[in-house]
Amino acid sequence: MTRRRLALVVAACGGAFVAAAALALLLGAGADGRLAILDLRRALGETGQEAQIFFLSRLPRAVAAAIAGAGLAAAGATYQALLRNPLAEPYTLGVSSGAALGAVLAIRLGLETVLGTAAVPLLAFAGSLAAIGLIWRLAAIGTARPPATLLLAGLTLAFLCSAATMLVLYTASFHESYRIIRWLMGGLDWVPTADLVRSGAVVAVGLGALVYIARDLNALAAGADAAASVGVPVNRVVGIGFVAASLTVGAVIAFSGPIGFVGIIVPHILRALWGPDHRALLPACILGGAAFVLVADTVARTLLAPQQIPVGVVTALLGGPFFLSLLRARKLR
Amino acid sequence: MLALADVAFAYGERRVVGGVSLGAERGEIVCVIGPNGAGKTTLLRLAAGLLAPAAGSVRVRDEDPFRAPRRALAKTLAYLPQEYILEFPFTVAEVVLMGRYAHRPPLALETETDRRLAADAMRRCDVLALEDRRFDALSGGERRRALLAQAFCQAADLILLDEPTASLDPAHALAIFHILEDETRRRRACAVAVTHDLNLAARFADRVVLLDGGRATAVGPPGEVLSSDAASTAFGVALRVGALPSGTPFVIPEERT
Repeated sequence: MTRRRLALVVAACGGAFVAAAALALLLGAGADGRLAILDLRRALGETGQEAQIFFLSRLPRAVAAAIAGAGLAAAGATYQALLRNPLAEPYTLGVSSGAALGAVLAIRLGLETVLGTAAVPLLAFAGSLAAIGLIWRLAAIGTARPPATLLLAGLTLAFLCSAATMLVLYTASFHESYRIIRWLMGGLDWVPTADLVRSGAVVAVGLGALVYIARDLNALAAGADAAASVGVPVNRVVGIGFVAASLTVGAVIAFSGPIGFVGIIVPHILRALWGPDHRALLPACILGGAAFVLVADTVARTLLAPQQIPVGVVTALLGGPFFLSLLRARKLR
Repeated sequence: MLALADVAFAYGERRVVGGVSLGAERGEIVCVIGPNGAGKTTLLRLAAGLLAPAAGSVRVRDEDPFRAPRRALAKTLAYLPQEYILEFPFTVAEVVLMGRYAHRPPLALETETDRRLAADAMRRCDVLALEDRRFDALSGGERRRALLAQAFCQAADLILLDEPTASLDPAHALAIFHILEDETRRRRACAVAVTHDLNLAARFADRVVLLDGGRATAVGPPGEVLSSDAASTAFGVALRVGALPSGTPFVIPEERT
């Protein structure tokens, strides 16, 4: 990796991010409910309707989308490197399902009366960490954790959590089930600033740690022995990678609900464009992932405007076929 | 440089290495030979600090490689694994440059020096023309040579190789041992190679270690070890050692009578 190439990758993905942010901030249903381009001068200059739409609706939502996309894409790329499996991502590892179970329990048990509005994000966060902790322990064979075992443990846990979520949903009242289903779809339409700040801080720390181990992730592509012999402290790097990626995913899901497939689509496209070196891939995933979710959320807001569809539905509708085509391409190779 | 004393190791109940002692010094090529399943790979992984011995001690420059910090160790010790499956589409040059990681801090990119050393190693292993090709699209022999280039550009004083010439054509196999000879003579490195290529072992090794059932049953100059009774017991065939008029030795297996 040369400095020039790294700069090129960051500039290209940064450009995509700026364009996506502009689109997300400016395009959408206006005050009359019809699709329009927001007049930025009026939005920034006045305290009228345009300014309200911009500052109270579009800006926080764009920030939420950017944090979610950056975190999910970079964490996905990291899981893929650690497990040496290009199909690994928060969904297939049970992290998303653990978070969902936590959030659903918080709604069903009415924990908001005890913990306040932070109850749902807090339990979602706890759920994702519990899931990865459990997988981490279940998949251990001696001191090693073979990738295949980790992935199988993750998938099994995902099914288990889904079943538990279904059970809770079945016992819920009409009002609760509506909220639960809405949360499970994944959405960015109303994220409290306090949640954004909390999660944003965790995501920033997590992403910093991931960028720090980027070079070691390259060496791990050839397995633990090969990485150790070129000087990678394998156990420490795998530990840092899992904890940082899982904290990041947990913090994102806590405010957004499960937004699927970002962690698989974005790394794959960027790897095809710029190669597998994580020193470029991770920064590219941070910027490109943010751009991807900004665009997906803009589609979610505008496709049926003034009606909105959850962004998780948009990414899943894009990601499902993408995932299947990847599976097929690997089988044919 | 490398000292193994009474080293033993077992996978669960199955004992694979039982009390092997072995030393290797600077300027030396040591070849480890033995039938399949004799414990050669396990012995090499113990020496590389990738496994902890159940008994006995392993020392690389008076340090326990299993406990040593990996990055510092990688500047002293390079290890070529028998199997190397790369999951993502890295190029040959990227794979070779991984051999330079230990020489730079975690967030640093490769320097001109690193690139020059990598190019040099690729030229010696005859893969420079392949540097921009995807590693996972190469033939088995080409991959092997690219990995040898990675090990050589690591500039380590102790080079451990697990079947370095497996799937190499005769010319490239010979060339690899010439590089090993060059590394040990000129740079005073120490090379320990597990190999099934008895002809190359006979020609290039300063010492040969015969491993049979997890024990070193013969150690010494190649000619002696290869024609020993221990070798014919280990392999189940007699090894006939001869020499060409040029002095180059050869080894031919023959049924025992």
